[in-house]
Amino acid sequence: MAKITAGIATSHVPAIGAAFDQGRDQDEYWKPVFDGYEWAKEWIKDNTPDVVILCYNDHASAMMLDIVPTFALGFAEDFEPADEGWGRRDVPMVYNNTDLAGHIAEQLVIDNFDITIMNQMDVDHGLTVPLSLMFGRVSEWPCKVIPLAVNVTQFPTPSGERCWQLGAAIRDAVACFPEDLNVQIWGTGGMSHQLQGPRAGLINPDFDNEFLDKLIDGTDDLRKITRLDYLRESGSEGIELIMWLIMRAALGEKVEELHRFYHVPASNTAVGHVVLKPLD
Amino acid sequence: MRERLYPLEDLEDIPGTTVFTARRSRQAYHLHKFCMSLMDAENRKRFKADERAYLDTFRMSDDQKQAVLDRDFNQLIELGGNIYFLVKLSNTDGWSTQKAVGSMTGMTADEYAAMMRAGGRSPEGQRSKRGGN
Ligand SMILES: [Fe+2]
Repeated sequence: MAKITAGIATSHVPAIGAAFDQGRDQDEYWKPVFDGYEWAKEWIKDNTPDVVILCYNDHASAMMLDIVPTFALGFAEDFEPADEGWGRRDVPMVYNNTDLAGHIAEQLVIDNFDITIMNQMDVDHGLTVPLSLMFGRVSEWPCKVIPLAVNVTQFPTPSGERCWQLGAAIRDAVACFPEDLNVQIWGTGGMSHQLQGPRAGLINPDFDNEFLDKLIDGTDDLRKITRLDYLRESGSEGIELIMWLIMRAALGEKVEELHRFYHVPASNTAVGHVVLKPLD
Repeated sequence: MRERLYPLEDLEDIPGTTVFTARRSRQAYHLHKFCMSLMDAENRKRFKADERAYLDTFRMSDDQKQAVLDRDFNQLIELGGNIYFLVKLSNTDGWSTQKAVGSMTGMTADEYAAMMRAGGRSPEGQRSKRGGN
């Protein structure tokens, strides 16, 4: 049977991708950011999954203009890195496991999640920067990836509680897939940041660190955080943290924190990163 | 009516912050169509060759066109825009996201970068217009 063996959370700042792509990762500014991923990069060499279910948000690269799906599951065989205005990132094509993606889609709809199926889309920095951070410079990604895009841009966005329920449903769906597969689930985005207006640059380390603490065993509190709370406490783009809740719920009740990293700043953003292992 | 988790008008209570709604999305539809067109190298070339002529191929308001020409990101957000679309424009200009975002704060790029290096903007006094906290 397939099994979710680990959860990874990380911010997905585009400037991290640019620093990585331009070989500036050892610069004074960027080295502390990339150093925070060294542990996980080593760990994942021995724990490479067959498939990653990668929760991210599309930053108006493939969606959000004509169609605004609340939850969208990537169903193409492959996904090309998007051109976000300065050319496509020179990183490998992303390949799907459509058997598992199809199974998850079917199970989620039975579970009353009316998700959108994406038969064609490019994937932006929200998906490719976490892959670069975890796997470094490679000629092909060492695993398949099922993209799961969440609307965190246009109000109304799904609640943290709904994201939690989706994560729990994904856990059930994976657990009943008959093929033996090592599956990881990643939640990306966050932590506190605001990319607009006179309040831009807001960072809230107290909020972020409390979120990281509660991600282990205080998740009831995290599920209650509203869009309004995220806006007030973590900036207008801090809402991306709801994607971490999908990841966390998919791991079940108890987890062990294998690794944690927090750093300010990367460009406009507080960087958070954890590696979690389910205990049951 | 279903019970809301918080009153909708509270979304207007955050200092210096605009919540991107379906109505704003409609207001900025053609502006955003322009922004997303810049995800193509050929279109970026056409835009750079004659910005005004390129903008005139989109059904944007004159105010929106002017704000694009001025690279006035606060005004673009006022006119419905959302930053995830708008960075396609600043990326086309070769700006970092930090430069585009910092341009909305009234600080110089250096001042904004220094604030971020020093830990960013504190949430103190930035949570609520009403509460002043
Ligand atoms: Fe993001």
